[in-house]
Amino acid sequence: MNVQTKGQLSLLGASRLKAWEWVLWPLLLLAPLIFPSQALIINEIAIVALFAISLDMILGYTGIVSLGHAAFFGLGGYAAGLLAKHVSADPLTGLLAAAAVSAAAGAVMSLTILRGNDLTRLMVTLGFALILYELANKLDGLTGGADGLQGVTMGPLLGRFEFDLFGRTAALYSLSVLLLAFVVLRRVVHSPYGATLMAIRDNRLRAQSIGIPVASRLASVYTLAAGVAGLAGALLTQTTGFASLDLFDIHRSADVMLMLVIGGTGWLYGGIFGAAVFKVMQDVLSNITPQYWTFWLGLFLVVLVLVGRERLVNPRLWLRGHNTGGQP
Amino acid sequence: MKRRQFTALTLAAAGALGGPAVLAQDNTFKIGLILPMTGPQATTGRQIEAAARLYMAQHGDTVAGKKVQLIVKDDTSLPDVTRRIAQELVVNDKVHVLAGFGITPSAMAVGPIATQSKTPMVVMAAATSSITEASPYIVRTSFTLPQASVALADWAPKNGLKRVVTLVSDYGPGLDAEKFFRERLMLNGGQVPESLRVPMRNPDFAPFLQKVRDIKPDALFVFVPSGAGAAVMKQFLERGMDKAGIKLIGTGDVTDDDQLNDMGDGALGVVTSHHYSANHPSALNKKFTTEFAKANKGMRPNFMAAGGYDGMRVIYEAAKASKGQGGDALLAGMKGQIFESPRGPMFIDAQTRDVVQNIYLRKVEKKDGQLWNVEFDVIKDVKDPGKTR
Amino acid sequence: MLTIFFDGIAYGMLLFILAVGLSVTMGLMNFINLAHGAFAMVGGYITVLLMQRLGLPFLLCLPAAFAGAALIGAVLERTLYRPLYHRPHLDQVLFSIGIVFMATAAVDYFIGSTQQIIQLPEWLKGRTELGSGNWILGMGHYRLFIIAVCVALTVGLQYVLSRTRFGSRLRAAVDDQRVAAGLGINVNRVFLSTFAVGSGLAGLGGALGAEVLGLDPNFPLKFMVYFLIVVAVGGTSSISGPLLAALLLGIADVAGKYYIPKLGAFIVYTLMIVILVWRPQGLFVRQGASK
Repeated sequence: MNVQTKGQLSLLGASRLKAWEWVLWPLLLLAPLIFPSQALIINEIAIVALFAISLDMILGYTGIVSLGHAAFFGLGGYAAGLLAKHVSADPLTGLLAAAAVSAAAGAVMSLTILRGNDLTRLMVTLGFALILYELANKLDGLTGGADGLQGVTMGPLLGRFEFDLFGRTAALYSLSVLLLAFVVLRRVVHSPYGATLMAIRDNRLRAQSIGIPVASRLASVYTLAAGVAGLAGALLTQTTGFASLDLFDIHRSADVMLMLVIGGTGWLYGGIFGAAVFKVMQDVLSNITPQYWTFWLGLFLVVLVLVGRERLVNPRLWLRGHNTGGQP
Repeated sequence: MKRRQFTALTLAAAGALGGPAVLAQDNTFKIGLILPMTGPQATTGRQIEAAARLYMAQHGDTVAGKKVQLIVKDDTSLPDVTRRIAQELVVNDKVHVLAGFGITPSAMAVGPIATQSKTPMVVMAAATSSITEASPYIVRTSFTLPQASVALADWAPKNGLKRVVTLVSDYGPGLDAEKFFRERLMLNGGQVPESLRVPMRNPDFAPFLQKVRDIKPDALFVFVPSGAGAAVMKQFLERGMDKAGIKLIGTGDVTDDDQLNDMGDGALGVVTSHHYSANHPSALNKKFTTEFAKANKGMRPNFMAAGGYDGMRVIYEAAKASKGQGGDALLAGMKGQIFESPRGPMFIDAQTRDVVQNIYLRKVEKKDGQLWNVEFDVIKDVKDPGKTR
Repeated sequence: MLTIFFDGIAYGMLLFILAVGLSVTMGLMNFINLAHGAFAMVGGYITVLLMQRLGLPFLLCLPAAFAGAALIGAVLERTLYRPLYHRPHLDQVLFSIGIVFMATAAVDYFIGSTQQIIQLPEWLKGRTELGSGNWILGMGHYRLFIIAVCVALTVGLQYVLSRTRFGSRLRAAVDDQRVAAGLGINVNRVFLSTFAVGSGLAGLGGALGAEVLGLDPNFPLKFMVYFLIVVAVGGTSSISGPLLAALLLGIADVAGKYYIPKLGAFIVYTLMIVILVWRPQGLFVRQGASK
């Protein structure tokens, strides 16, 4: 009885909002108002951060290596776009629909990632994203093919806030969705459910042997992550007014993985942090040297790994280890 | 430690971005040039930027009493990045005109921004017909695939090529090319036994070319984006298709001036249709190519460069007409311009805001040890047949 | 039909040469090296530059490409890769992607981003046709050449692996590194030479592939997927695994695009997913292999 309470207490303790978080989030939400000229890039960072924390759920917390997470990003984006064009221009309905579509796809796809090693999962997830890319290209009557889905005009948010040219509404919208998703996911990872995920990540065999239903956990977290990724994709389509094939592209999956790894897996802020650092660096570098900024980005990555990622983030988490599976 | 690092970094980053605010000066005329400088379309970006700078070097950097500022940005061929950059250029830098746009989705994505902010947009590269219909502020100085394809479909049957298989890359411009070539050829009494579409990521043309070989048409009509032409050419020859009596024809993207010289003698005799050849025999073009090569380590300009050069011309003249103002006045100054370009005569149609130009039929020949697209016939003043209105 | 089969084999063999180095280093050092494509690109560019600037004949450029890529591989292994062997896979992915970015941008800066075109010697440009009617077998000489080189390489590699001292050391190190080290095998040297040879093979593949696949600074990013597919399907514990996987994928891709052009792009990916779901460890895994 006592042990159980202690366990619950420790979980509850970890999930309580810390002092600095009470400062951080209001600051983030006010950012588009304090820096109105940066509202557009803040919007982009918020969307990509949402995408990154959805990947963190499966990569950081459950140890599923995926190089095709953009499949759900793209599905959500196209779903929201198509809904806005043909059914209803209300942004929030679009969000819900997009999340539903990608979650459904995630549920179906989760059947394929249950077996195999890291490389297998990498390739299977990648394969799906590639297939969806080609499918979107083929069905060009529906999706606009390589030209992209044009003419997605959104109605005003909550009936009142128009999406303006300055991107303020967009940035606030994306940041709010990010906050909401973050709060929900935080609750999930700091719950007994979340603890089982981490157990699966650290040693799947052992987790199985103490009775954790590994397969159903994998399926459910994958579905959840897919849904959140779909939210991010929907946000992108709604705030930019179109959807194009590159939503499914490899580089999107690769970029988000890079961001997550830079920021640190296994703590949700890693996704946000990594997204901000990556995007800002990319923007700053490509302003300085529009042609060769990829070189400096590559150099940064190499140096970062050699010097040690932990120098950039909390060393405490490093000790928890990153065994991605460990089953034969 | 996390908190401090995190907030410090974010604030520092935000500060760095928001830092030196760009004051909108009244005496600068700003051009926002958005191009793919990295990634698969990087050569397009290079050519256009070089051409734009050449124009500025030749015609000075003041127009209508204002200093011209060219802001070049890389959009890595990602439409949502193009859109964000365009939005930032319009809102933060307050540019008078947006230009560039290497691929169709990029141009389409920026259309609504041009309309909303009343900023004219000069499309210097993208070639799908429907682009100019995406916004009333879009003006094009490149070309459209239907323009080039239709010309070839007129020429082919008159020269004994009645049975032609089409092979195009599976994306917007490719589908445009296929559709218009096929319709026009069939109108002229020809046949198209097969229309093949090659996936964009395709590393190997072999199976498609083999299929063509098995069908044994009179000719093969090809459209692939610039850069892939060499691969098609090589594999065409490797498969012995020229010896099997199949003629290779296509839009000028296949014998892109950028790569043509490296293609080797196998390219000799290939007939293409396009709006610009670096070999075009006019004084203006000679000056263009020589000065372009001088400024860019001997690089030969291609049709992308021509689009960039003429785009700058359109912008400069429009700015003179509008006395340095942007918006509707600048757009009005762009419509209806008639002028001599390195490609030949051309004008911007006042109704469709699209380019009307000559389409030349060229054959690859060797001159002074180099390969050139030598023009042997011309169809004058071709309007884009792809417009729906 | 026979011609398509032939083309598929040639394509598959090319993929094999390109991917075998990756497969061996992944199996041996458990290092996910996404920069493998960059070594291929280096080999391709060495060939192009030697042919264009120095006028060296094509055949001489091939060993040069191998040697150049191998040398760079050896240097990088010793300096940058070695400290990272025990790092988590994510770190390795991050690192190798960084290397690819740097290599791509560097090549772009020094040489430019246009497609590089190789002029093959005349004797490689021809084509031979056997048979007639529906059973025509058209063999491009260059593809014949690729197949020949690949067969020679496979035989050579298999020989080295199973008949030489080095080969048995390598196999020991793959099976169990600690025990191998405990037996006195200099594991570091085995790693170094294997990585160098693997990169050299990639370089050779890049040189051979420049004619068929094209060569530009984006080469590593464009083709990395295919190499990974070969390694994932073929497994990392043998030479024959990736060979068969590469052949399978090559033929499936070419035949798919020929017979069902509309679905051309899907065939390879679908096939890969089906195989990996059915046999998650890859199609050809040795019994008792640890991975």
